[in-house]
Amino acid sequence: MVGIITYGVYIPRYRIKVEEITRVWGANANDITGGLGVFSKSVPDLDEDTATIAVEAARNALARRDIDPGDIGAVYVGSESHPYAVKPTACTVGEAICATPFMTAADYEFACKAGTAAIQTCMGLATSGMIRFGLAIGSDVAQGAPSDALEYTAAAGGAAYVIGMDDPIALIHRTCSFTTDTPDFWRREGQDYPRHGGRFTGEPGYFRHIEGAVRLLFEQTGKCPKDYTYAVFHQPNAKFPQRVAKVLGFLPEQIRPGLVVPELGNTYSGSSMIGLAATLDVAKPGDRIFVASFGSGAGSDAFDIEVTDAIESGSFRRDAAPLVGQLLANPIYIDYARYARHKGKIVMQK
Amino acid sequence: MAMSVARFWRKIPQRYNLVGTTCTRCGQCFFPPRSFCPDCRRAGNIVDYRFSGKGTVVTHTVIRTASEQFEQMTPYVLAIVKLDEGPRITAQLVCAPDEVRIGMRVRPVFRKIAADGKSGVIYYGTKYAPAE
Ligand SMILES: [Zn+2]
Repeated sequence: MVGIITYGVYIPRYRIKVEEITRVWGANANDITGGLGVFSKSVPDLDEDTATIAVEAARNALARRDIDPGDIGAVYVGSESHPYAVKPTACTVGEAICATPFMTAADYEFACKAGTAAIQTCMGLATSGMIRFGLAIGSDVAQGAPSDALEYTAAAGGAAYVIGMDDPIALIHRTCSFTTDTPDFWRREGQDYPRHGGRFTGEPGYFRHIEGAVRLLFEQTGKCPKDYTYAVFHQPNAKFPQRVAKVLGFLPEQIRPGLVVPELGNTYSGSSMIGLAATLDVAKPGDRIFVASFGSGAGSDAFDIEVTDAIESGSFRRDAAPLVGQLLANPIYIDYARYARHKGKIVMQK
Repeated sequence: MAMSVARFWRKIPQRYNLVGTTCTRCGQCFFPPRSFCPDCRRAGNIVDYRFSGKGTVVTHTVIRTASEQFEQMTPYVLAIVKLDEGPRITAQLVCAPDEVRIGMRVRPVFRKIAADGKSGVIYYGTKYAPAE
């Protein structure tokens, strides 16, 4: 059965505290951190972008399991911050892991759920026998306009999943999606920063779509929240996933291992995939994991996952690549000026 | 200086994955790749070899004034790294100037090396990070 063969994550070392951002804009730090439940966010180094993060995550995935990169027949990279408007990030990743040239590849874009859409594509290709392994990545160096609400959370990071049928560490029993045309968040061609519908984004966007996908999956599988050991929801802040979990009947303990947003921020396409990785980091054979991503525009992909004995077998080495907790530990905190430099927000004389 | 796109493209295996060469007769490894073994000469047999990328800092300096292409990166650490297979290469270390020391173990990381202005090609490649 199709499932996750291995996974890997990458998070840059730099962080900025939300409090430091509020200092620059004269906002009340307690109001903002209290409202979002986010205290810091990751910041890319000067020479890091969506492609370098995707490569590091993919290499971490391959470090955990002996897979011939030549057997990877598809590479899909989901992001809303691809380095090029035209030229696929997926080709750079394929080359950097020695999977080229006998593979198909493409970049995906669907706000914060482009990476989970890539997982679904790889599931289909692997199940149909078109490919042996597929590599699905969600990676972003998210942009928030200076002083915009998104600036407090827009972070950098990525996760890579190898999908296939050969002895998965976790089976993906089923996936389904809920998608509509909803203008809750967008970025027009040539614009540096995205825009959003403000208060409009929560109910008709995040909650409607995640609840829609989750209820559909429950209907199809006959499962309910208590059938799951853990659950992971897209985390644009800490409040939304906690609220949607409660509405759907999941308990705080179920979402705790995967709730990485308070220290990490919102890594967009990386968000729910890093949350799933943090959950797999602590999972045991037999654990059942529920995942629902969300991407503005808008849609949600839900997954019913079950961890297998392979996660503790000799063929999988969880400690051969950093766990999410290790990537979050020992950050380098920078001030807003350094952050502005790292994010290219300082206008330079040419 | 704008590197030619063709020249960069030809070196992608060596820049992304440290693909050099080795002489199967004497076992010497070459990076950048050589197509001729200086010791075995005509008797040598050269094949591609992918380096592990692990190595040790031999010496280092801090670049504070760089050429136009790298001025956005300053200050940065430039080091001579001795790869475990033998060759020495000059590369950037992704750490703070006060973190580096001679003898430090390093591992390869995938980073942006340079970009040809706002509209040209982005050059990716290998830099090194502390491995301890
Ligand atoms: Zn020789």
